[in-house]
Amino acid sequence: MGIITSISTWIIPCFLLIVLSVAVLRKVPAYELFVEGGKEGVKMAFSLLPFLVGMIVAISILRSSGAMEAFINFISPVLLFIGFPPDIVPLALIRPISGTAALGMTTELIATHGPDSFIGRLASTMQGSTDTTLYVLTVYFGAVGIKKMRYALKVGLLADLIAILSSVVLVKMVFG
Amino acid sequence: MINIIWAFMAVIGIVFAMFNGRMEEVNQAIFESAGEAVTLSIGLISILVFWLGIMKVAEGAGILMVLTKLFRPVIVRLFPDIPKDHPAFGYILSNITANLFGLGNAATPIGIKAMEQMKQLSGTDTASRSMITFLALNTSGLTLVPTTVIAIRMQYNSVSPTEIVGTTIITTCISTASAILIDRFYYYKSTWGK
Repeated sequence: MGIITSISTWIIPCFLLIVLSVAVLRKVPAYELFVEGGKEGVKMAFSLLPFLVGMIVAISILRSSGAMEAFINFISPVLLFIGFPPDIVPLALIRPISGTAALGMTTELIATHGPDSFIGRLASTMQGSTDTTLYVLTVYFGAVGIKKMRYALKVGLLADLIAILSSVVLVKMVFG
Repeated sequence: MINIIWAFMAVIGIVFAMFNGRMEEVNQAIFESAGEAVTLSIGLISILVFWLGIMKVAEGAGILMVLTKLFRPVIVRLFPDIPKDHPAFGYILSNITANLFGLGNAATPIGIKAMEQMKQLSGTDTASRSMITFLALNTSGLTLVPTTVIAIRMQYNSVSPTEIVGTTIITTCISTASAILIDRFYYYKSTWGK
């Protein structure tokens, strides 16, 4: 399991090393390109802002009213029996439906439980490892006017289920 | 759908608070969390600027092109319905590399181009086999660096914001491999007996 944590520490610096070395060797204007790309990052963060405010407020209403807790307590007995952490269920449910809702949920879980807690790490892994199935299908099929999706939704949702289950197993294995 | 879910979360919470006697907490949470979300979004700027900047350099240096060439033989095998030299592959490959590096915003328009090419091949309004395989790859979210998640972890003072990269990569590989297998399973099921 040490390897997995080493990958986590090494991958970004190594990637940076490769990109910048190649850029220098090929005489690409690295700094100018960096700044140009960075401007898109500013735009992206600001375009995310209203989505995050909307979602995080709605989720925190649910949390602070006690409704979230009641829901988790209600489903707890069955889930604990099979070893699935109940706190992650709201995120697992919303992950295939809405990307921003899932991002809000992940943020809220990290804020409530702490980023280095079991739930915090699990939420991070779950959020990062799969994409929003419903959104992807709607956008891509919608853009080119496909009306019959056939088995596409089944494939997407089943893959999401596998991603959710394997992230629980993996985070348990790696972080104990 | 998302409009209903969003409104429902707030409505259920407020109604629940009425009976639970926690209106004061809810009232406080509304304003505190709105502020928190703004702080978070602004905090995301650091990582997003850095990462998208580096990715622009990678693109300029031709690294994404090299990767596209590397993946080509594997990807071509995944789409037996598309002729080998068809332009659709260019878009499919660029879409996959963009997703791999967390460039979701760049990946989507390229992906739509790929879908248009595949639609020309099939010529109907029914999803073709290749389209479903392509979307299976997209929905399983093949990502190497989950930038936004790392940024959020930084905002909440994680001791090691990137420690989840390893588990994320393995999970994403598992989910992508399963998506391809499930896609194959349903494809052969749909042709069975025909």
